[in-house]
This record gives sequence, structure tokens and C-alpha cells, in this order.
Amino acid sequence: MKKIEKFKKPFLLTSVLIQVSWIFTGQAQAMHISEGILPFQWAIVWTLAAIPLIAFGLVRLKKQAQEEPSFKPLVGLMAAVVFIISCMPIPVPTAGTCSHPCGTGISGILVGPVISILISALALLIQALFLAHGGLSTWGANIISMGLMGSLAGYVTFKILRYLRTNLAIAGFMAGLLADWATYFSTALELALGIRGDSPFLPLFWKILIAFVPTQLPLGLLEGAMTAGMVTLLYKKRPDLLIKMKVLRAEEVKA
Amino acid sequence: MRRRLGISDFGFRIGGKRSSGFRVRSSESRIRREETLKATEKIILLFFTLILLSALTIPSWGFAAEKWPGVDEAVVKKIAKEQGREAREPLIPTDQGDLLLFVFLLAGAVGGFIAGYYWRVLLVEKRTSKKDEPQGEIS
Repeated sequence: MKKIEKFKKPFLLTSVLIQVSWIFTGQAQAMHISEGILPFQWAIVWTLAAIPLIAFGLVRLKKQAQEEPSFKPLVGLMAAVVFIISCMPIPVPTAGTCSHPCGTGISGILVGPVISILISALALLIQALFLAHGGLSTWGANIISMGLMGSLAGYVTFKILRYLRTNLAIAGFMAGLLADWATYFSTALELALGIRGDSPFLPLFWKILIAFVPTQLPLGLLEGAMTAGMVTLLYKKRPDLLIKMKVLRAEEVKA
Repeated sequence: MRRRLGISDFGFRIGGKRSSGFRVRSSESRIRREETLKATEKIILLFFTLILLSALTIPSWGFAAEKWPGVDEAVVKKIAKEQGREAREPLIPTDQGDLLLFVFLLAGAVGGFIAGYYWRVLLVEKRTSKKDEPQGEIS
């Protein structure tokens, strides 16, 4: 155990440095499911699935903003963070490709999955309209994968790990990691369902999922580190805010 | 005194020797919690070592046709094309030459400004008016 303790910090530091060094290599392009990739009927299905979630998010936002004055600035911050992070292409030298983290892990933890879906929908809409990033026909599918699955995975992971009394940073890390992986898992699912034609579903699903692995495995680690960093930073700066947002219980904050 | 815990404690010995051989319940549960946390950390560390190793050893697959393509190009569009689906032009074609760089720059600047503004609202202005709020350690 002592040996592990001795190497834990250098290992984590090295991992982070490797990930950060990947950010600064080469030029990059963007992701999300592009315009026109999904057939019309699947585009409709995913959009119809996403619209009630957005509406629910709007209702919750209005309600929570009335209850807690700090909520709106936090939602504004998270919206900006999700927007920036989810259009920030990061090169991954081991795969020779670029991809982006999602940011929905941290927003799911801090403002809850419902508001996080609303935030993702807004970010994805702006990206589809002005950044040639994603698409209007694939907007619903991208909301389901990044907004719903990412936020939910982050939120549930964080809550379970905190319930098991895991350290805040570790819980944040795992939440970010699984939010990222859940997003790309569901993207693979949506793609396989949409583009398979007469082909069998499972082989195509595995093919897409495995093709995501070299890029998303390391990026998931980066997203985990970012999420852990943001949660612990907010904890140090504004623990009261985390209590109000029900991220932590009051008794978890030692005076 | 040393005790071996059950499978739920990952089979690790709990630490802390006591001369009296007695423990109060709170200290026992604290030790148990610390041991569980350490064991969890150990597993997570091992897990990420494996992930990092696999990420470094998985070869660059043949789907990277150009330098640093996005996974939309390298995976989504490529596989969709194989299945007979092609991506369409975006509604507002900002992906023309360096125009895309400009809109990304603009989006980054606006997004960064908003993030910075709300960061200040939340963490600087509110903090100055809430100095009595608890500032604590991670439990």
C-alpha cells in the first residue's frame, strides 16, 4: 500500500501531463453526428425524444431559479463551459484523430441532469447553426447522447460514489469519465440503429464503438480530470453553493 | 490487534494497533471506511493504469486518412459512407476556408467571456458577501 501511495501522485501527474501535451499537438477538426447522416425517420425519433426533455428542463430552470438566486449564474457558467468544451477538438496522438470532451458530466453533477440536458441542447443548437458542428437533423440524436446519456451517467456515478463515501475528487473523476464514455456509447448505438439499413445491428454497433475506443479512452480520462478539478475547485471556493445545489450534504463539509 | 475483514472490504487487513484490544464503534467504522477508500483507490489506480497502457499501445488504426481528422470524419462519416449514408452540407456553410476558424474564435471568445463573467459572479462577488459560509476540507 505504501508503494502505491508513493507512486500514485507521480503516476497521476504523468497521466495528466500526457493528456495535456496531446492538447497542443497539431490542428484539429470537430465531431458530433453530422448533418444528414441519420435517415429522416431516425432524426424525427430522436428529436421527438429530446423535445420533452428540453421542455422539462425549461420548467425546472424557472422553478429552481426562483428558489435559489445563485442558480442562474451557475447555469450560465455551465452553459458556457459545456459549449466551449464540446466544441474543443483535442488531438489524440495514439489514435491520430481528434475528438472533444462533453462537459455534461460536470453540468450533470452541479445543476442536475434535467437542466444539463437543456444546456446541451442550447450548446448543440448554436454549434449546428454556426459552427458546422453536428447538424439540425441530428440535433435530437446529439442531445440524447451528449445531453441525456452524458449528464445522467455523470450524475448517477457521482451520487453512487458519494453515497459509498468515495473521495470527492475520485467521484468527480469517475463521473466525468463515465459521462464521456456513455456519450460515445450512445452515439454508437444511435448510428448503428440509423445507418444499418439491412445489415445486422450488433456487428455494426461493435464496429462503431470499437472505432471510437482509441480516441475516447484517453479523452475520457481527460474529461474525468477536468471534472474532478472543477468539483474540487468549487468545493474549496464555494462549498455553500455545492450544499445549496445538493451536490454535497451540509454534514460532509467540515467547518 | 489485527483483524481480517470480509469480502466487502476487498480482503485487506485493517490497520491501527490497539493495546487494549477494544475499539469504540465510531473509530472502527472510521478505520473500515478509510480501508475501503484505500482499497477503492487501489482498484481505480490499477484501472487507469490499464486504460493508459491500452491507449498507448492500441495502434493508430487505418481510418485516419489525413492528419488529425475528427472522429466525425474518421469514424462517423467513414462508416456511414460504407453503409450508403453521406453527410450533407450544414444549413449555414461556415466551413468554408478560414471562415470556420473565425467562427470558432468568435464562439470561444464569447463563451469564454460568459464563463468568466459568471465565474466572477459566483466565486468573487458572492464570496465577498458570504465570508461566514463554511470553508472546509473534503470529507
